[in-house]
Amino acid sequence: MSIMLNAENVWFRYSQEGDWALKDISLQVEKGEFVAVLGSNGCGKSTLAKLFNAILLPEKGDIIVEGINTKEEEKLLDIRQKVGMVFQNPDNQIVATVVEEDVAFALENMGVPPREIRTRIDEAMQSAGIYKHREKGPHQLSGGQKQRVAIAGIIAMRPDCIVLDEPTAMLDPYGREAVINTVKKLNKEYGITVVLITHYMTEAAQADRIVVMTKGKIEKMGTPKEIFSQVEYMQSLALDVPQTSALAYEINKHGFNLSTEAISIDECAAQLYKFLEE
Amino acid sequence: MLKDITIGQHFPGKSPVHNLDARLKIVITVLFVIVRFMSTNFPGLILSGVFVLAMYKLSGIPLKMLKKSIKPLMPLIVFTVILNLFFIKGETPLIKLGFVEIYPEAVMFIIVMISRILLLICGTSLLTYTTSTIALTDGLEALMKPLNKINFPVHEMAMMMTIALRFIPTLIEETEKIMNAQKSRGALLDSGSFSDKIKALVPILVPLFISAFRRAEELATAMECRCYHGGEGRTRLRQLKITNDDIRYTAVCMVTFAVILSMKLFFTRVI
Ligand SMILES: Nc1ncnc2c1ncn2[C@@H]1O[C@H](COP(=O)(O)OP(=O)(O)O)[C@@H](O)[C@H]1O
Ligand SMILES: [Mg+2]
Repeated sequence: MSIMLNAENVWFRYSQEGDWALKDISLQVEKGEFVAVLGSNGCGKSTLAKLFNAILLPEKGDIIVEGINTKEEEKLLDIRQKVGMVFQNPDNQIVATVVEEDVAFALENMGVPPREIRTRIDEAMQSAGIYKHREKGPHQLSGGQKQRVAIAGIIAMRPDCIVLDEPTAMLDPYGREAVINTVKKLNKEYGITVVLITHYMTEAAQADRIVVMTKGKIEKMGTPKEIFSQVEYMQSLALDVPQTSALAYEINKHGFNLSTEAISIDECAAQLYKFLEE
Repeated sequence: MLKDITIGQHFPGKSPVHNLDARLKIVITVLFVIVRFMSTNFPGLILSGVFVLAMYKLSGIPLKMLKKSIKPLMPLIVFTVILNLFFIKGETPLIKLGFVEIYPEAVMFIIVMISRILLLICGTSLLTYTTSTIALTDGLEALMKPLNKINFPVHEMAMMMTIALRFIPTLIEETEKIMNAQKSRGALLDSGSFSDKIKALVPILVPLFISAFRRAEELATAMECRCYHGGEGRTRLRQLKITNDDIRYTAVCMVTFAVILSMKLFFTRVI
């Protein structure tokens, strides 16, 4: 498999003499992978995200996007097209006053001919499930819908990778589910690489791999099962684990031996059922 | 209360007024404003009134929208009326109440003045009611394109306008939220002396500005992420196109304007 994003010993700080926001980060994301990034506030997740599409440039080390170093200035627009970015506040990333105009914004910037813009935005709006709202104004949409407008605006660029920085943090549970389902669909059906920064463990549990960050460093990497089964360790980082793992962990405290790797509700239920039968 | 502001509001529709090319619509509106200022006789006023009403009818915009767009300007109108009513003097007073004298000239002046203001508001509101902000800014950008030659940043202006219009509802909503938050902490926004009210604005404006700056920064990043790099090499989803119908409607408007102006030759001016 080829590598989509490659961070090699990346150091970054916002000001000379300031504290390092990122310290010696090395991370490879493969094509088609779904990676979740966890970490407490201020540990540098957003900073890392912005390095991936050359909004910020590393002070030491390199970020390579499909073989292109983000420091190559003349390739800037290529990088931005390859790595799309969705932010937390949907209100602050919608530019136009009509949904379909906003979805078209990136394509207009890229100089795509009007006919092709039309077909590409229609496709993008359909895959994000907002096609029926295409003529509405952003203020007529719910948070979840607005966030999917932002996603549609990104997938219209046909990126190879999408980085989402806490896209569900400001949404209600329904909006959250709709957004995460859209993201999963993009990953599974279109093979788009996904880097999802999140505070919700149920979202992270659906990823192929989890990256845990603390204080500008990568602390741990592994599958959701590997990461969430370490309940004490996660709690020591002030991070949650899915309620299923937490439940198994609490039961184990009373001298039992359940697996904390059962993170989906079905797995957990099956395990509890077996346990009760014994 | 703030929600009543109708600036930049758009009522989508499929009428000929809606479909008219935005560039032509802007030109017609500007010409209407000019004609309105040049024409100073009653028949001209009445004809302009008929023209505006006909346009509203054609566009299918409910007339009660007019009331909404006039309402915020009511204080200004009342102020003008009072000022002119007492200060314009003529030959023989119409009414005499103690030292207050009202002359027929004043009444005439006021009638013309008010109908002028109203016609201007109604005419220009029709532009925003029937044109989406995108079409409006596209039209302006296209019309101002020649200014590019003298290095006037036409595209940037148009983009700024789009973003301003996009964020008006967002910021209004936010202002309301902040006002409610301050009220719930005991801020008295509706009572007290004038200077109290001004002082009460500070705790509203400060958070509003802080949040607006944060929004601006995030928006700029989001735009960069979507390959925004100025107007160079940019294409548009919608192409502006002038159809035969557009030409026909524009011709009708032009003839009407010419008639309104020619009234000058036959009728004496009121003011
Ligand atoms: N624009 C900025 N200027 C200066 N420092 C910043 C800026 N953005 C973030 N930081 C600092 O960088 C560190 C990492 O921030 P961030 O990447 O936003 O963390 P996270 O997204 O994980 O909450 C924090 O200590 C934060 O204070
Ligand atoms: Mg962050």
